Amino acid sequence: MEKTYYNPADLSKFGNISEWQPELGRKFFDYYGEVFKEGALTEREKSLIALAVAHAVQCPYCIDAYSTDCLQKGVDEAQMMEALHVAAAIKGGAALVHGVQMMNKVKEVSM
Amino acid sequence: MGSTTKSLKSQHHNFSDPFYQLNVLQQAGSHGEQFPAFTARLREHGLFPLKPTGTTILQINVGKMCNQTCRHCHVDAGPDRKEIMTRETIQLCLDALQHAPQIATIDLTGGAPEMNPDFRWFVEELSRLGRQVLVRCNLTIILANKKYNDLPEFFRQHQVHVVSSLPYFMASRTDAQRGDGVFEKSVKALQMLNAVGYGKEGSNLLLDLVYNPSGAFLPSGQKAMEAEFKRRLKSSYNIEFNSLFCITNLPISRYLDYLVQSGNYEGYMQKLVDNFNPEAAGGVMCRNTISIGWDGYLYDCDFNQMLDLKVAQTAPQHIRDFNLQVLDERNIILNQHCYGCTAGAGSSCGGETIK
Repeated sequence: MEKTYYNPADLSKFGNISEWQPELGRKFFDYYGEVFKEGALTEREKSLIALAVAHAVQCPYCIDAYSTDCLQKGVDEAQMMEALHVAAAIKGGAALVHGVQMMNKVKEVSM
Repeated sequence: MGSTTKSLKSQHHNFSDPFYQLNVLQQAGSHGEQFPAFTARLREHGLFPLKPTGTTILQINVGKMCNQTCRHCHVDAGPDRKEIMTRETIQLCLDALQHAPQIATIDLTGGAPEMNPDFRWFVEELSRLGRQVLVRCNLTIILANKKYNDLPEFFRQHQVHVVSSLPYFMASRTDAQRGDGVFEKSVKALQMLNAVGYGKEGSNLLLDLVYNPSGAFLPSGQKAMEAEFKRRLKSSYNIEFNSLFCITNLPISRYLDYLVQSGNYEGYMQKLVDNFNPEAAGGVMCRNTISIGWDGYLYDCDFNQMLDLKVAQTAPQHIRDFNLQVLDERNIILNQHCYGCTAGAGSSCGGETIK
């Protein structure tokens, strides 16, 4: 088998992280489960947010998991892609807004 | 997923053979490990042997002929299937029902049940017996031929409960599963059903939709999905309906073929196994339903019927020998495909099985 840093089969082993620190693992997964329950936001909306964040943090496990989760919750393709554009806009905007800092610095040290 | 035009049977495909399918379901995965036996999971939760809770529904498959050839169909139905329930066998069903007043609901399925030449007579006779008739109408049949155009009115006259598949509220995923142009025709048919009162508040004419995933994933959240379907169908097409039933695709027949061909079989089975829910298992439909094949043989469910797994030998095998008391004592026949009915919130012909 080809060796890569990411193995899709590892996603289903996520729970194993509790083996070396059971208490913190349990707290994390309890919290995780609570976060995704319906609250002020629907489970569907939360899944779309998770999909966008998954792309922003570029986690292949999360992308697999929340692409499927969005499908399961009836999200359509256009909605999924729009969520990614939100992530992309924020990431792009986060890079570009630093352009102001760049401009400030250039002005500061220029004659 | 894309539509096919021929049934697996007419292609002499391996997956048209129940024995071959059951063999695939028993095989070890690529890591050499077998999926745990379904019966063992039931035993862990005190549900084995699985017994009926009392039969109240008779699901009758009146034939495998259909005007559609859906990519996921567990019946392997299509225009080239000629198996049709005869009037004599229908009469045997009616005779059996005379002696089984506890069976309140008759669930007619196929194929497209309306293509059975004795369909209307059967519905009329069932109405006369005072039973609730449920028809699993694929919607497009209403537009398939002029002779079917009046089906909404016929259903209305007999207060038929209409249950129709619509895997998505857009054409993309619907047509991928059910064939090109099916969504557009389904929308027209739903509007025709609405026009005679189906799905309208206060009409007492029930129109339920069935959602099943167009791909290798599970359904989730029936209530939330129903709300989304209602919102989207109303705003885009002014369509109304009563309830949405979320159904999991079982790994048999054409859907099993799709899973294997697309490389999704192992992952899908693992998902079903990982999501085994004992509460859902307690409410499976085989506990209150008996399934009858087009030739009159008896099964625990429509899926077992397609795998040729007849009811246990301790019980009558054919409708001519129908004896509900003995049937309600039988052990239900189980196999690995049963994981499909017990995953997550459960799955049945009436949607989720958890309360």
